[in-house]
Amino acid sequence: MPTIIQKRMLSPNVGWLEVEVPQIAKKRKAGQFVILRIDEQGERIPLTIADSNPEKGTITLICQSIGKTSTQLNSLQTGDTIRDIAGPLGQPSHLENFGTAVCVGGGVGIAVTYPIAKALKELGNTVISILGARTKDLLILEDEMRSASNEVRIATDDGSYGVKGFVTDQLKALIQERPVHFVLAIGPTIMMKAVSNVTREFGIKTMVSLNSIMIDGTGMCGGCRVTVGGRAKFVCVDGPEFDGHQVDFDELMLRQRMYLTEEKQSLDQFHQCQLDAQLSK
Amino acid sequence: MELTKDERKRRMSIPRHKMPEQDPVARGRNFQEVNNGYTPELAMAEAERCLQCGKPRCVQGCPVNVQIPQFIAAIAAGDFMAAAHVLHEDNALPAVCGRVCPQEEQCEQLCVLGAKGDSVAIGHLERFAADYERERGALELPQKPTPTGKRIAILGAGPSGLTAAGDLLKAGHDVTIFEALHVAGGVLMYGIPEFRLPKKIVQAEIEYLKKLGATIETNAVVGRTYTIDELFANGYHAVYVANGAGLPKFMRIPGENLNGVYSANEYLTRSNLMKAYDFPNYDTPIARGKNVAVFGGGNVAMDAVRTALRLGAENAYLIYRRSEAEMPARKEEVHHAKEEGIQFHLLTNPTRILGDDKGRVIGVECLHMELGAPDESGRRSPIPVEGSEFVLDVDTVVVAIGTGANPLLTQTTPDLKLNKWGYIVADEVTGQTSKPGVFAGGDIVRGAATVILAMGDGRRAAAAIHQYVMSLPA
Repeated sequence: MPTIIQKRMLSPNVGWLEVEVPQIAKKRKAGQFVILRIDEQGERIPLTIADSNPEKGTITLICQSIGKTSTQLNSLQTGDTIRDIAGPLGQPSHLENFGTAVCVGGGVGIAVTYPIAKALKELGNTVISILGARTKDLLILEDEMRSASNEVRIATDDGSYGVKGFVTDQLKALIQERPVHFVLAIGPTIMMKAVSNVTREFGIKTMVSLNSIMIDGTGMCGGCRVTVGGRAKFVCVDGPEFDGHQVDFDELMLRQRMYLTEEKQSLDQFHQCQLDAQLSK
Repeated sequence: MELTKDERKRRMSIPRHKMPEQDPVARGRNFQEVNNGYTPELAMAEAERCLQCGKPRCVQGCPVNVQIPQFIAAIAAGDFMAAAHVLHEDNALPAVCGRVCPQEEQCEQLCVLGAKGDSVAIGHLERFAADYERERGALELPQKPTPTGKRIAILGAGPSGLTAAGDLLKAGHDVTIFEALHVAGGVLMYGIPEFRLPKKIVQAEIEYLKKLGATIETNAVVGRTYTIDELFANGYHAVYVANGAGLPKFMRIPGENLNGVYSANEYLTRSNLMKAYDFPNYDTPIARGKNVAVFGGGNVAMDAVRTALRLGAENAYLIYRRSEAEMPARKEEVHHAKEEGIQFHLLTNPTRILGDDKGRVIGVECLHMELGAPDESGRRSPIPVEGSEFVLDVDTVVVAIGTGANPLLTQTTPDLKLNKWGYIVADEVTGQTSKPGVFAGGDIVRGAATVILAMGDGRRAAAAIHQYVMSLPA
């Protein structure tokens, strides 16, 4: 069973886990993800592989506590095991030397941007990263992103760090300053939609990494389907990266809300269980 | 031993024994098995109907050629363990096959008693013997074969891969099964519902294979975690590809991406594999629709619509564009579905799924159909009746119109020859593909078919693989 060999919190809600899964560490390329299940009663959730160390046989996962499973995962400690991890899944990022490549990362999406920024830089791109978060405490992996980029710009919604405002304002300013050849946007769906709308005007190739609901992650159920260029695509096998100018983001956002009620019920029950466990100690 | 004329006559006069089952109303609300199985008395009485033919035709009807008269004779004599051992010689999954095989089209169709009356209930008897043995925890292992030193990789732990594994292990080979999901069993775990095939029975049969020596590596997505070429590089001598036809087909009608529209694979995977019916004790959610429409007329559609009912639907509709006569589902399943209160909309084709402003399903628009003249294949095609549109109010839709070939593996094995639908081209008898040392069978070759046909492929491929690896230099 995959063992967590190192764990820390990057921010109050974002966990960083280094997990031993040699066969995935060996095979994984930037842009790919895993599906994991914590225990026998668990659900299967997708998480992008933020980094890997083939020699050590480990992969790094970054997880934001949103619902039951992510909260439970972030409650695990060094030495704990995860029941199932399958992968690497999805298509690797299609990367080349574009010239100037801008990586826009929002919130926990920065973790997904990181391996791709690193790979883009290794290919000789001038990498400019624009990192966005609601507030300073939620900004993660700044040092890593600096090492993977030629330049980093930061925006926070409340202005507590970097420039006050959205990543799209930063992106617009950048595009007016200098030629941009490629944009990668990863973060909340609404952010990826906004970035794609900005770059569409300028005709800049833009890739986004979609985070639809998944179950198996191997193409057998279609739960993750999205409309891209008017056609149904499966995020788990055809993606997760797609041309941002072709994605039906509104449909994706509606689909992501499918189980809101159940997700809340599940999280509430988990919190209650944790509370009971603490009280009985 | 030849039966006397009088004895034959006596046996032929015994009517077929029905299997006891749960009350239809009660069972429509639980996930427990519908059929309760024979008691020992019923099994012995039914086994007595078998005429013990010298040249048994029933065996020819079984894709893995179970020695049917022999195991039935053992049941008739009250030696249920011996019956189970006869079954295990040819069938790695008898408790599964006794439950899900379409016997009426296979062994039982060829039974001589069927010509004038009811055939022997071979499936029920197979199930009885396998259950009897398992429930007593007395699975007897055959004598350990001499190891051959040959390593064989099986891709996919569904019925075809498991059957091939059983035969290859008995021949003394070292067998590893690679499975993408977190449990072995394939469609037996994620597809066929608990109420038709309890999951603990599937796992018990898989445990038997492990005792025979099979290694099962779960969470191994071949094509992603490993490629076929990497397996050969890692020392495997042959590969059997049995990864099924898991790619769901959709109708391509407006509204199919609304919330509440599932492929049957997703719906059944959530319910069966992830046990979403027991949410929130299990973490995976599922829509518990009040009014559920399932599109399709096969066994998967029956499983989905009966699952919907058990998840609490007030109205569970089956929408099928042809008539009942053309339905590919087993008659027993259609009968059970009707008993449970499933509402059939036959000669009806969905044309559009309607949603509200939150992107949720609120209805399905359908057209009535009529059957046209038979085409070249002899099948009567449904033709829309103009102006017959009507809307059915539903909040959940399950699309069960079939599956296609999953490209995950074949994309990463470019030298594997495929047909125009993306299925692997393989020799009908041996399963040999265009790539040396690679054999294939089951749904990835046939397209979506039945459990037992996939098992038959596994059996034949195992024989061919045995021959192939033994011909390799040591």
